[in-house]
Amino acid sequence: MSHIKISRGLNIRLQGEAVNEIIVHNHKAASIGISPCEFPGLVSKPALQPGEKLAVGSVVFYDKYQPDVKFVSPVSGVLSEIVRGEKRKILYYLITPDDSTDFVNFNIPDINTCSRDEVVSFLCASGYWPAFVRRPFGTIPGPAENPDSIFVSFIDTAPLAPDYEFLMADKTEALQQAFLLIAKLCSTKVQVGLAKDSRLADALSKTGVVDIHYVSGPHPAGNVGTLINKIRPLNKGEVIFTIHPNDLLSIGITLKTGRYHAERVVALTGSELKQTGYVKTILGANVQGLIEKNLVQPDVRVVSGNVLTGINTGLNGYLGFKHAQITVIPEGKKYEMLGWIMPGFNKFSMSHTYFSWLFRNKKYRIDTNLKGGHRNYVITGEYEKVCPLDIYPQQLIKAIIVKDIDKMEQLGIYEVLEEDLALCEFVCTSKTEVQSILREGLDLMRSEMS
Amino acid sequence: MKSVRKLVDKVKPNFEKGGKLHFLHSFFDAFETFLFVPDKVTHKGAHIRDAIDMKRTMILVVVALFPAFLFGIWNTGYQHFLSTGAEAGFWETVVYGLWKVIPLYIVAYAVGIGIEVIIAQINKHEVNEGVFVSAFLIPLLLPADIPLWMVALATGFAVLIGKEVFGGTGMNILNPALLARAFLFFAYPSWMSGDKVWVSGIMRGDVPVDGFTGATPLAQAASGSSSFVDVVGNQLSTFDLIVGAIPGSIGETSKIAILLGAGLLLFTGIGNWRIMFSMLAGGIISGVLMNVFAVNSFMAIPWYDHLLIGSFLFGMVFMATDPVTAAQTNKGKYIYGFLIGVMVIIIRILNPAYPEGTMLAILLMNVFAPLIDHYVVQANINRRMKRMKKIKA
Repeated sequence: MSHIKISRGLNIRLQGEAVNEIIVHNHKAASIGISPCEFPGLVSKPALQPGEKLAVGSVVFYDKYQPDVKFVSPVSGVLSEIVRGEKRKILYYLITPDDSTDFVNFNIPDINTCSRDEVVSFLCASGYWPAFVRRPFGTIPGPAENPDSIFVSFIDTAPLAPDYEFLMADKTEALQQAFLLIAKLCSTKVQVGLAKDSRLADALSKTGVVDIHYVSGPHPAGNVGTLINKIRPLNKGEVIFTIHPNDLLSIGITLKTGRYHAERVVALTGSELKQTGYVKTILGANVQGLIEKNLVQPDVRVVSGNVLTGINTGLNGYLGFKHAQITVIPEGKKYEMLGWIMPGFNKFSMSHTYFSWLFRNKKYRIDTNLKGGHRNYVITGEYEKVCPLDIYPQQLIKAIIVKDIDKMEQLGIYEVLEEDLALCEFVCTSKTEVQSILREGLDLMRSEMS
Repeated sequence: MKSVRKLVDKVKPNFEKGGKLHFLHSFFDAFETFLFVPDKVTHKGAHIRDAIDMKRTMILVVVALFPAFLFGIWNTGYQHFLSTGAEAGFWETVVYGLWKVIPLYIVAYAVGIGIEVIIAQINKHEVNEGVFVSAFLIPLLLPADIPLWMVALATGFAVLIGKEVFGGTGMNILNPALLARAFLFFAYPSWMSGDKVWVSGIMRGDVPVDGFTGATPLAQAASGSSSFVDVVGNQLSTFDLIVGAIPGSIGETSKIAILLGAGLLLFTGIGNWRIMFSMLAGGIISGVLMNVFAVNSFMAIPWYDHLLIGSFLFGMVFMATDPVTAAQTNKGKYIYGFLIGVMVIIIRILNPAYPEGTMLAILLMNVFAPLIDHYVVQANINRRMKRMKKIKA
């Protein structure tokens, strides 16, 4: 047990926080979409043709290079379409649910006696393996890979993030089972980040397979990358797995029922929603039905995930595999006259260049305008203010821009994923696209090493 | 506002690809983004962005320079009338100052922005705002009587050779404004140093009153006097040095005006407090050491006077803090600022050729800033490598 206090970071104070209340109990999505693009490096291969029937838990597609990594259907229905983009890249697998309740029954391993191999084959067969994120690079790990450690963070400090305490307080039994299972993947204890006064602590420590760390501070304190950096920074050649609490919960429930658990309780957030709160829906659900009648005004951007790292899905989009929230913010495609010289009481900025910084608790309705043009790096030191990791973000990004592989490695590219530097992108005066540059660097490193 | 927008939208197609005025694209773009924050939205990465941008940052630096600019205008007139002995009211003084200073600005801006727009057009990028600050700074570093063609030459040299050849704003190694001053200092020393250039009118042949001395307090100190006098020989107190009605380059004299600017830069976080603090510390420490080991009267000048004469404070607040040419790491900024402070005093006192050390100290440390950063970043890299070895063992 340890206490980790983060001081460098930034809480972006957005309007539209989810109230702790379930506002939709049984959302029936008109269609389900699963996007292989959410998984870096994944080349997907369909397991069946459009028009074929699916049960809950039957395989929809798999990883071309690791066929054991399977993605299963969250609902019973029909694979209606495989949406392709440029160069026939698969963007979405669309499933139309029907009224049947067919499901695939998985063989559940006995968590007291089963071997590591049995755990792996269960997780692969049941479609939960892709829930693991492998660091470095953020890819889906290979089923044969042995992680040096597994990390889970139960706090999300991102803007308008859901409250896992609220969602999971009464589901500790399933979580315990899941922890006992995944602990077998790794020889060390599972490292868990919790909020300071977490109600989950007792139940989790009872399992005997977790190390608990209490984390506090501004975003990105809750990021699993921050937790890793503070506890055991990743070195070259090491591998760490991380997994989202929602997926752990699903694994725990599957261990009891034997069938794939696709239900997600998702936070509906953002300044453009009349009513915010939590909704019970299905992984990959079309979000239109949840949002359409709830909008304050029509010119919005619907983001699956949070505003820093989420995906712009559009009003007719789908809840992402890894997302536990939907954020609806105003689009900002408009001109503002002499905006750069105004006092700016309504403009959120980490810097003190607008008067708004004098109001420490004010919440903002922030639109998607870039708020300036792209420039070369001029300002220094602002990334460091929002990056608690022991790395030099700006130097790392520069090394990536010039494709200096040795420097990238030396400056710690293995220790970061896009989400860890998302705040740097937010605060950047030069409007540098930090996350996509970092992804290019990670992909370059990955291709160099394979 | 809507009518302005409509007008801009109407003429915009002329400047876009295929339009008649496409060769003025960069200029139009700069003008449009000056009038309106563009309607560009995020399309990858974070969906929302901080409200700060380069325009906001640069305009605040210009605002911070305004007190020094305004005082400089008044002081130009004041020094002139003091030296000629003519009676002049406040407005007369200001009008004289404007008459001397505004042409310098027109030239600096015309040359600076002209080059920037042409380069932006050639390299197909947006006009960088850095040049607005550089062109605002350059006249403040010069004596008011400097010929306009020299200002044009120096600005052109600084923007073109100091900045654009490296790739434009953000890529330069030396501070462009200081480079302009250094260029003139070494190319035309008769206009940039000595006892005649710092009071407007003397070089032109205006006859000064009896007992006139145009030497700046710094030059007086260098020549061995232990107290300072103004142009007509009256004693200057420490307070007078702070107020700044003394001869010198246009922007450097008033410490009050400079500190007002410093306040704004620190308040908004645009000026780096680490650099200002450590440069101040470096200046004070080496000033005190000089006092302790004083063997001549210049070394014996009280350490606090060193902060008030010459352009120590101006350099500290506006030049050393330039984020592009300063050290980029936080630890590096402490080292960088401290060494500037030390170098200013060393160059001033121990170098017999020219008394003003601030310009050269900052330019020198501009060159060393990447080296400082290298060692700071290398420490982080070494920590990472060591950690790896420990785990492997």
